[in-house]
Amino acid sequence: MPWVRKDLLGLEDLSKEEIELILSTAESFKEVSTREIKKVPALRGKTVVNLFYEPSTRTRVSFEVAAKRLSADVINIVPHESSVKKGETLIDTGRNIQALKADIVVLRHFASGSADILSRHLDISVVNAGDGWHEHPTQALLDIFTLKEKLGRVSGINVSIVGDIAHSRVARSNIWGLIKLGAEVTICAPKLLIPCEIEKMGVKVTQSIDEALIGADAVNVLRMQFERDSDSAFPQQLEYFKNFGITEGRLKKAKKGIIVMHPGPINRGIEIESAVADGINSVILEQVTNGIAVRMAVLFLVAQAQEKIAFSG
Amino acid sequence: MILIKNGRVVDPANNRDEILDILVDGKKIAKVAKRIQDDAAQIIDAKDKIVLPGLVDMHVHLREPGREDKETIETGTLAAVKGGITSVLAMPNTAPVPDCAGHISLVREIIAKTGQANVYICGAITRGRAGKELSDILELKKENVAVISDDGASVESEELMLAAFKKAKKNGVLVICHCEDKALSANGAVNLGFTSTRLGLRGISCESEYKRVKRDIALAKKTQACVHIAHVSCKESVEIIRAAKKDGIKVTSETAPHYFALTEDDVLSYDTNKKMNPPLRGNADLAAIKDGLGDGTIDAIASDHAPHTDNEKDVEFERAEFGVIGLETELAVAITELIIHNVLDWPALVNKMSVNPAKILGINKGTLSEGADADIIIVDTDKEWVVKKDDFVSKSQNCAFLGKKLKGVVEHTVCGGRIVYRASGRGLYNLK
Amino acid sequence: MAGNFERKSAVKEKAKILDKQAIGRALTRIAHEILEKNKGTQGLCLIGIRKRGVYLAHRLRDYIRKIEDNDVAVGILDITLYRDDLTFIGQNPFVGRTEINFDIGAKNLILVDDVLYTGRTIRAALDALADFGRPKSIQLAVLIDRGHRELPVRADYVGKNIPTAKTETVEVRLIEADGKDEVVIVEKD
Repeated sequence: MPWVRKDLLGLEDLSKEEIELILSTAESFKEVSTREIKKVPALRGKTVVNLFYEPSTRTRVSFEVAAKRLSADVINIVPHESSVKKGETLIDTGRNIQALKADIVVLRHFASGSADILSRHLDISVVNAGDGWHEHPTQALLDIFTLKEKLGRVSGINVSIVGDIAHSRVARSNIWGLIKLGAEVTICAPKLLIPCEIEKMGVKVTQSIDEALIGADAVNVLRMQFERDSDSAFPQQLEYFKNFGITEGRLKKAKKGIIVMHPGPINRGIEIESAVADGINSVILEQVTNGIAVRMAVLFLVAQAQEKIAFSG
Repeated sequence: MILIKNGRVVDPANNRDEILDILVDGKKIAKVAKRIQDDAAQIIDAKDKIVLPGLVDMHVHLREPGREDKETIETGTLAAVKGGITSVLAMPNTAPVPDCAGHISLVREIIAKTGQANVYICGAITRGRAGKELSDILELKKENVAVISDDGASVESEELMLAAFKKAKKNGVLVICHCEDKALSANGAVNLGFTSTRLGLRGISCESEYKRVKRDIALAKKTQACVHIAHVSCKESVEIIRAAKKDGIKVTSETAPHYFALTEDDVLSYDTNKKMNPPLRGNADLAAIKDGLGDGTIDAIASDHAPHTDNEKDVEFERAEFGVIGLETELAVAITELIIHNVLDWPALVNKMSVNPAKILGINKGTLSEGADADIIIVDTDKEWVVKKDDFVSKSQNCAFLGKKLKGVVEHTVCGGRIVYRASGRGLYNLK
Repeated sequence: MAGNFERKSAVKEKAKILDKQAIGRALTRIAHEILEKNKGTQGLCLIGIRKRGVYLAHRLRDYIRKIEDNDVAVGILDITLYRDDLTFIGQNPFVGRTEINFDIGAKNLILVDDVLYTGRTIRAALDALADFGRPKSIQLAVLIDRGHRELPVRADYVGKNIPTAKTETVEVRLIEADGKDEVVIVEKD
């Protein structure tokens, strides 16, 4: 299965085989981070630009570490909101980055579809690091990587995703990826945070957290952003915790050894109890470690596809 | 004098569909008959072509005055005649807004100087289209503006809309309604449903449209005024209009080519040239639109030609302007989607694109009667072409059909007795 | 491996260079030479280069065990990430895992690969090993040396020298990967 895409925009577009190739490549890259010298020269001389229109320390740092472990040069660009409103358009900014002879743009943007739109206007690689509510493919890949590592397989496992599904790119990417690899996915959220016709993605939908946890091999707990959306009827924090919070008590009723994941940053006591976040079921910190391997794999694959395109073209 | 020979003349206003010759003398049609001989006339051979009354597009944004960077009355009407449209209704979202005599005469001056087709002005329902106070509808009527709309927005206040209908009724003015309940469409960008979920964009529900259709039809019923529903996009709206017509309410409606040619699936690549308001809907809606065209619920096809510059379209999807251009493609899209797929036959299509809109607007167009204005088009219905950005004469290229293969090319456009467009040969446009 | 790419395009098998027995004899001889030069197994480690070098390294370990009754450590090196040609022109790079679970510092390392060609694979392997520590020495063992060096690299132990044309490819087939043991020359069209 060759990798021929210059970009990684989302998991909806990818085939099962392409997702598996990223995961197996990431397995090899994980070893690099265990070395004393955590660096390989694979992307030496390449320039990776992290273009982050939304603040995100952890994703940006993870991409930066991944790129540096591949010996790429990394530049971080964080446009100010004011300049976004008045000044240069996304496409112009992208073209400028291309003119700097950068090789890969890692884009985080508040508007859904931005990575798709940017990739259509650039010859260099675009890696989507989260666009609006649309997709966050590397987060889902690292979640799936972690699941595969813990459970030995993805096909046939039961994964529940709990939280603000409507506004979650992490949820969408996870659903596409997991379904393609043959997992059973249940989403669980208050009614107003379940997006329209989501069952067409192939998921089960429930508003009962207990139902979501029963039989689940893993639960992916989304971060609740109460500050985010003033227009939709957001539940009260305390009420949300009461009805949907992942607590030790609730986990007792779930499968023994259920894996608890969270894309971070955690809101302790809002979507997840501290005891659970720090408990034996939690793989939250392993997710962070795996994120580097997955992002190294993605950067490597798009870079080699880019070279291949340049060679054949 | 122009003599159009041997074409298949489709003229439903006169119940004609046969091979005939048409003689144009001055600005008028002099004679329609078999085998006309006239040695003095310039002869256009229309053999194997279809000859139609010039099309009437009752929903066009010409952008001038105010946004001449997007389109001007000149470029917009050039685009129109290239598309076979000889009469357009210019929508009022310009700057200034045509809400008083002064502003209307300003627009009339530009039309007189640069217009390449017949341009009719749609006045604004409310001053500045702000939805706060009514325009002086009597004053508009005195300026020969017989149609009003706040298109681009709906009049949110029901009370104000009721007052508008009363005034419209009193003055014999038609109200064109852009039906959108802003509270429900709430900053959406695509159709609400699986599409909005997949794309992670806010959705515009069908409800936001049909609820307002219902309201405005109810107000028309109450006041006995004439109401026209613009750009119908969804199944429920079609059903509501169908029922209202049965009920004897004076309602007419239009749809745009993209609503019977494209669906929400076409927007999955975040192509901002597929972003319009109302948005592309689902398959069931598309089928309902075709049904509505078939059974007469939808009276007219209008382009909702809405030019935008690349700057406004080459941006993040949710920031991109709503709207697409359509003048140069609408006839070909209609042929490709409706004639070839047997949704409408030729006389029915001419009704939707010429006869009915002329009737709704109360203008003396849409006919090839002897003595009528010589607005005539000749169409090669078999010729295929691919929609390309570089081929537009419109100032903007935000077309939803870029790259698509369409059938049907306008070969000649005669407007007011002059050949204003010809597809082949040098000197495409005969500018004034 | 170095510079040799399996292509799906029509290839013609020209000659069989080594059969199963000949490969066995060559590896036995190399095992003896390694022990002779390093005076036994003290401080000795084998590093196989993915992927056929790994099988050869394991075979050498087995021969050494037969001779000296001592086990030497075997590490696995994937040099994909150290290559100077990221694309491999037409091939898709599969990134394998590197497994060196011992300290290579102050050891005598025997780098094992199937074919020595341009020398670029070995250059990459040396770079990779430098990231793992500072061995006392690095020696190179290959089953086939086919010439056409582009870098100043020389093998310490060679199973067989085969003069080739650049249009030819040397294919080393091993039971572990290919179901049979043989070395053939194939001609690219």
